[in-house]
Amino acid sequence: MSVATKAIEAGHIWTFPGGIHPPERKEISNQTPIAPLALAQEYYLPVKQHSGAPGELLVQVGDYVKAGQVLTQVGANNGLPVHAPTSGTIAAIGPGIIAHPSGLADTVITIRADGNDEHVALEPLTDYTQLSRAELLDRIKNAGIAGLGGAGFPTAQKLALQRPLDYLIINGVECEPYISADDRLMREHAQTIIDGTEILLHIAGCEKALIAIEANKPEAIAAFEALLDKHPQLALRVVPVKYPSGGEKQLIQLLTGRQVPSRGLPIDIGLVMQNVGTAFAVAQAVLQGKPLIERVVTVTGENVEKPGNYWVRLGTPVAYLLAQCGFKPEPEQRVIMGGPMMGFTLADLSVPVVKITNCILVPSSQELAPAQDEMACIRCGACADVCPAQLLPQQLQWLAKAKDYDGLEQQNLFDCIECGACAYVCPSEIPLVHYYRKAKAEIRNIAREKAKAEVARERFEARQERLEREKQERLERHRKAAEARKKAQAEAVAQGGDNPQDAVQAAIARAKARKAAQAAAAQQKNKEGDDA
Amino acid sequence: MTFKIAASPHAHQRRTTQQVMRWVYLALIPGVLVQTYFFGFGVYVQLALALLTAWVAEGLAMRMRGRPVAHAWQDHTAIVTAVLLAISIPALAPWWIIVMGTAFAVIVVKHVYGGVGQNLFNPAMAGYVLLLISFPVQMTSWPIPNELAQLQVSLNDTVSLIFSGYTQAGYNLEQLRMGADGITMATPLDSLRNDLNHQLTLSEALTKPIFDDLAGIGWAWINIAFLLGGLVLIKQKIISWHIPGGMLVGLLVPAAIYWLFNPDQAITPMLHALSGATMLGAFFIATDPVTAATSNKGRWVFGLLVGFLVFVIRTWGGYPDAVAFAVLLANMTVPVIDKYTQPIAYGHGGRS
Repeated sequence: MSVATKAIEAGHIWTFPGGIHPPERKEISNQTPIAPLALAQEYYLPVKQHSGAPGELLVQVGDYVKAGQVLTQVGANNGLPVHAPTSGTIAAIGPGIIAHPSGLADTVITIRADGNDEHVALEPLTDYTQLSRAELLDRIKNAGIAGLGGAGFPTAQKLALQRPLDYLIINGVECEPYISADDRLMREHAQTIIDGTEILLHIAGCEKALIAIEANKPEAIAAFEALLDKHPQLALRVVPVKYPSGGEKQLIQLLTGRQVPSRGLPIDIGLVMQNVGTAFAVAQAVLQGKPLIERVVTVTGENVEKPGNYWVRLGTPVAYLLAQCGFKPEPEQRVIMGGPMMGFTLADLSVPVVKITNCILVPSSQELAPAQDEMACIRCGACADVCPAQLLPQQLQWLAKAKDYDGLEQQNLFDCIECGACAYVCPSEIPLVHYYRKAKAEIRNIAREKAKAEVARERFEARQERLEREKQERLERHRKAAEARKKAQAEAVAQGGDNPQDAVQAAIARAKARKAAQAAAAQQKNKEGDDA
Repeated sequence: MTFKIAASPHAHQRRTTQQVMRWVYLALIPGVLVQTYFFGFGVYVQLALALLTAWVAEGLAMRMRGRPVAHAWQDHTAIVTAVLLAISIPALAPWWIIVMGTAFAVIVVKHVYGGVGQNLFNPAMAGYVLLLISFPVQMTSWPIPNELAQLQVSLNDTVSLIFSGYTQAGYNLEQLRMGADGITMATPLDSLRNDLNHQLTLSEALTKPIFDDLAGIGWAWINIAFLLGGLVLIKQKIISWHIPGGMLVGLLVPAAIYWLFNPDQAITPMLHALSGATMLGAFFIATDPVTAATSNKGRWVFGLLVGFLVFVIRTWGGYPDAVAFAVLLANMTVPVIDKYTQPIAYGHGGRS
């Protein structure tokens, strides 16, 4: 065992550069147990709630569906299925606003609930170790599980990569202020999370899992401490409070001292990370056969009367969720999906809760004052001091404003995790992350255009080549045909037949004679004219 | 109901540029008080003149550039420039010195280069150097510390001196600067420099009355006061320790080595540290974020360079103090320092 591995085993916690300590404000929402939410009348289910292609539709308008019934299947493009959150009829399938910062529309299945909440029969499993790895992965995929921590990467796809693993890391850090969904889940369902973790270990063929919790969640830590004695494969790691210690790359650095290579994956350094919510969902899917139709959502901020955590069915409109929590909007209210650091604002509250929705934050303008006017950068470097990726945010900012895309790539723009620490500390309130996102999108567009142009160029060159080749082939064919003709003639002459060349010569002689005769006649005529 | 759209992050620390600048000039207060104690009310008059000039110059420049004037006044950067320049010049210098210097610093050094955040050179120090080169007599005529002065200068006399050149009793600045021996008194570094150049040994040079204290009367206490203010800034995370630390190491380590080998011809490290503008420069001038390097490693290199240049100029150069020149020279190297001290980004092979 190497020194580094020994240190990991001993529970050493490394550190990562930068980071900030914004007010945590988790006490607004973490005081009460996760509560069920009354059924809504309508649910809007985007067919794509994860990163990757959507599944294929299995239902039509007018169909009756039960809770847990599959609405889209994996299909040819290897999408992730979505399931009906409750029983009712499919009222519409068509474009609808989805939970995305762009506010753009995508295909959404609308279900009108019948209020009976009838479920499809579940198929529980007594001993999952009897199933093959592929069968277990299918079970997870068919349950529609995508990373519930935020990125929404299909869980089965992440686990399917068969590479040697040192550790599975279960992320219960939840470092973003205000959000307490994972905190409450860990307090109330530690055993299920542990079950899920063991299933994940089994599937990944990994020996050891590290469960990471931030030090500001003593109840969650205690809940795990009480249970972990019986699970030698699992070890608890308490990480110090600092944002963004729950970022995948930062948590890996904290627990192992390793760094995920730029543009690489954790699995490249023998690690895989899953969120506690995902581990919970995996346990439910594998052991009970429950598809992912609900998740814990934190509803918080000073402008709701009943902040807390709720079991929310996927597809529940944010407007309904907020109405149930006593939403009192103020003028110019911001409704944030996600936390105050990385969440995005919603323009329209018909947007549904989806697999990656962990929080709806409705702050008053006192608690989170709106951004002020951007002032000039004074190069103070506060941004560089807090950047967990060790970038130089202000240089990136100058370069982004100058649209110097080569410079941005040299300064490793794509290693920016958009945590927002730089913009949080900026004394000039420059919306730095916004500039980076825009520059990233532009660079991606340029790359896409370039790829397109490259394809077009290749096509053009291939055509030119083909035309040239065809021309050569034609000439070659003609040459061969002429040779064959000559050869045939020569053979015919040799065999005593008529030489076609003789006929040609005769024709030429005839033509010459005729020309000479004509010329003579003309001369004669001219002479006669002169004489007259 | 429409909802407001905003880019993340939605939380802000709310430490504005104005607050940062306010911390800087508040931290200067102890130094200013001590300086006033030793050099009289002239310090206040210079401050008032500098602030007024900076305010007008800032407004004028913004108006000429067609930008919102209030915006520039709000960030308080001109206040810091004005205060730094005012306390860098002799307290009884004529009024037009500070007015000219401040106007140059704000209009030419800052706004001509594109305003706040865009200037290559530290405005206060560029203003100071302009004045020092153009008006060497006025700029080196430091008053005698009050403790040694034959004539005490009242507030009225101060104002009168700065605006007309004479006290109400008709003394001019030169007469006021005479010591008991009738010889014009220079600053400790100036005096030391002259004496060492005239082949005196260090111990002989230090017999002058101005050295009756730690590192020259008044100057040591002024430096200690600026050091205290600077430590407050570090504590408040307004500045990082890298630049002041680098500058002090860059100055004192070569100075100590040189002094060990030339104990009788070199300025002692103690004098280097506590005389002239050392502490003001280390904590308040070299740390100007706009004109310094940006990464911590870069700041450290920048600080070392400033310190080393101060040592070189004080030891072999033509000027007794060297902070302004050293800072401006180091300002020029910042793009290069930044280029070669870029931190290794996460995932690019760095160790944690």
